[in-house]
Amino acid sequence: MKIQRFAGVTAVIAAGALALTACSSSSDDEGSTSTDGETTASGPSTGIVSVNGNEPQNPLVPANTNEVGGGLLLDLTFSGLQYYDAEGGAHLEVAESIESDDAQNWTIKIKDGWTFSDGTPVTASSFVDAWNWGALLSNATLSSYFFESIEGFSYEEESELKGQGLEVVDDSTFTVKLKAPEADFPLRLGYSAYFPLPESFYDDPDAFGEAPIGNGPYLLDTWTHDAEAKLVPNPDYSGDRTPQNGGVDVKFYQTQDAAYNDLLAGQLDVITAVPDSAFATYQDELGDRAVNQPSAVFQSFTIPETVPHFEGEEGKLRRQAISHAVNREEITDVIFDGTRTPASDFTSPVIDGWSDSIPGSDVLEFDEQKAKDLWAQADEMSPYEGTFTLAYNADGGHQAWVDATTNSIKNVLGIEAEGKPYPAFAEFRQDITDRKMDGAFRTGWQADYPALNNFLAPLYKTGAGSNDGDYSSEEFDGLIDQGAAADSVEDANKFFQQAQEVLFEDLPAIPTWYSNVTGGSAETVENVEFGWNSVPLLYEVTKN
Amino acid sequence: MAATGRKVSLMAWYVARRVMQLIPVFLGATLLIYSLVFLLPGDPIQALGGERGLPPAVADQLRAHYNLDKPFIIQYLLYLKGLLSFDLGVSFSGREVSEIIASAFPTTFQLAIMALVIEAVFGVGVGLIAGMRKGGIFDATFLVVSLIVIAVPIFVIGFVVQFVFGVKLGWFPPTVGSDVTFYTLLAPAIVLGSVSFAYVLRLTRTTVAENLSADYVRTATAKGLARPRVVRVHVLRNSLIPVVTFLGVDLGALMGGAVVTEGIFNVPGIGNALYTAIKAQDSPSVVSIVTVLVIVFLIANLLVDLLYAVLDPRIRYA
Repeated sequence: MKIQRFAGVTAVIAAGALALTACSSSSDDEGSTSTDGETTASGPSTGIVSVNGNEPQNPLVPANTNEVGGGLLLDLTFSGLQYYDAEGGAHLEVAESIESDDAQNWTIKIKDGWTFSDGTPVTASSFVDAWNWGALLSNATLSSYFFESIEGFSYEEESELKGQGLEVVDDSTFTVKLKAPEADFPLRLGYSAYFPLPESFYDDPDAFGEAPIGNGPYLLDTWTHDAEAKLVPNPDYSGDRTPQNGGVDVKFYQTQDAAYNDLLAGQLDVITAVPDSAFATYQDELGDRAVNQPSAVFQSFTIPETVPHFEGEEGKLRRQAISHAVNREEITDVIFDGTRTPASDFTSPVIDGWSDSIPGSDVLEFDEQKAKDLWAQADEMSPYEGTFTLAYNADGGHQAWVDATTNSIKNVLGIEAEGKPYPAFAEFRQDITDRKMDGAFRTGWQADYPALNNFLAPLYKTGAGSNDGDYSSEEFDGLIDQGAAADSVEDANKFFQQAQEVLFEDLPAIPTWYSNVTGGSAETVENVEFGWNSVPLLYEVTKN
Repeated sequence: MAATGRKVSLMAWYVARRVMQLIPVFLGATLLIYSLVFLLPGDPIQALGGERGLPPAVADQLRAHYNLDKPFIIQYLLYLKGLLSFDLGVSFSGREVSEIIASAFPTTFQLAIMALVIEAVFGVGVGLIAGMRKGGIFDATFLVVSLIVIAVPIFVIGFVVQFVFGVKLGWFPPTVGSDVTFYTLLAPAIVLGSVSFAYVLRLTRTTVAENLSADYVRTATAKGLARPRVVRVHVLRNSLIPVVTFLGVDLGALMGGAVVTEGIFNVPGIGNALYTAIKAQDSPSVVSIVTVLVIVFLIANLLVDLLYAVLDPRIRYA
């Protein structure tokens, strides 16, 4: 069952209403045989929509962009093989078809007629060469791991994917060979790392990063560093994401507070994130123009096996006891003013296949008695001593919920529990990477593409890159492999749900809540809908 | 003629000596800042990968690219070597640090100058009146005003001004962004200058009140000079010496201290650039930006010292 997202539903209704009026007005036109340019252009509006953003942290090269500032611009100026709708569904964009018989050898055909803004055609090589470049070790791209499942990829030595996992068949066809079967491979092909690049990119990647040449719905017109980027509709764009406005101005803000004040003062049309300081008030201030819906961000905390009293069977009982001792409803309500949704699994409600009733998920319910019983059982094996600590980075606004969580644990279990702040994210992350954590620590995950497995394999599979707690379960690994090799995404999801049952038993991470998209828009714009990745679908927004 | 010539050459020698002093200060400041950034805990390269981190092979490559794999002193010497050829290095975002400074600095400079003019004009003006009417209603009112401004943290003043005048009343745009003009910078400049305004006011008021009872003022009045001339030439000019010292030091503080104000009003200035660079532990950017600020500070101080001679004929640099 999918959570009914109020704002999403209203947006869909609004879109439907628009479509209806468009239909009726065009039939009127036919009746009166009017050829007035104004009325035939009833679809797109001409106003320029302004939205808040951030100065991209890296040059605008698809394989080197892994943060929201650059991602927002790339998604609007490039078109990949697929694109995602608001619900996280993937639709073919440049691709004509993405097919495979065994989920390991994929044949990708692309549509005719696509061009980059410099006039050169988008061909199979535009993709193959771009992926090859992004995967090369010597290019040290930030998103290189997106190519690691392709045959020929290596972190040890310089290895060209082209000729190994990637082959150009003809101008409009290429093949991909994966190291292992992955049924949900097509789902990830809308992510920016897989965007195509024109030939001119390879002459001077640095210059390209300043003025990218894309094939998307918009063109990057001007980019004033640290201030704003202006996007104009691409007249040659031929996909489904046709701009419904006269352009998008992305204004860069240092703080969300400044952006929110601009929205209130009518200087900004769309805000993609509401500042913490306005959580309690923004839904009143913006009324039905406020957005508060779950997003593809999963929050948790991890207690590694290496922490004393948390190994083996005893650790399992203690993790379950702690999970029962956290009052998720109350914390999301009181600390976050309802801008978090209590977790009911290890993924996110915006992902296709999500379920809130996986067997074993009752371990996430607040239950003081159960928590005490489980903790007492563990104490029979070996009495607990010491203080339970939960580490977090203090520069990310985490202190309030960490304090509430540790208090909740302390009150229910009667043990000493406290937060352990790190001054900065970099330092926090380093201790995790170096495996120096001697207690629990905060973990979070934002999906790169809307697939259940993107929340599972990278985090909990034995030896996976982001398996910060060094969790290892043969049963879980086996189910993930089976899911990956399944014939369809639906079949795959069944295995992934079973894999989650294993996680609920072992709790390699203790799910807390999903972060919500908090956003809003001004009365100047209509049809503002937020996508699965917390970013509004800006090409749909209308403004007159 | 000869005396004037000698005076000029002495002055030039003094200025040259002061400029020479910038070199050791510059070296010391860069070394200190570089080591501080180096000592910051955490790995900036891993942080580039966000929650996920980066694969070790990629992280190693990037570390080598930014010289972060070398010992501290080598990193610093490489940075200095770049400086000698006017190469400030490249930030993690791939932009030339010199370009970042060149685009952000004029905005901050304009903001700081506007704040300085506001605090100087209003601070001296109000301080002069308050000093001349010591103990009156005007004096008492501004005593309270200046105490409030000094006591309230600048971000509170900033948020209140932004919300009341920007959002509610709509007198100013609430943020600056790409639209850097005199008008959009006015609100942040007032906020930025507000605290120093209070100090300038207190300083002027006290020295004016003190100088009013000085012997030379009584003499000037006794010899029949008009009141405005007494105030202008004898009271104000002498009262300005400590104020000018304060303003000179304050110019440096305004540029470096604009981080908070620039954040609130979204001014794309040097404070914003510095904040971004510190968060990313981007040594070349942090060091270069702070060094520029140090140099500005030193030059402002030099100008202040030279102004002393103009204001007070008794001070000579020989």
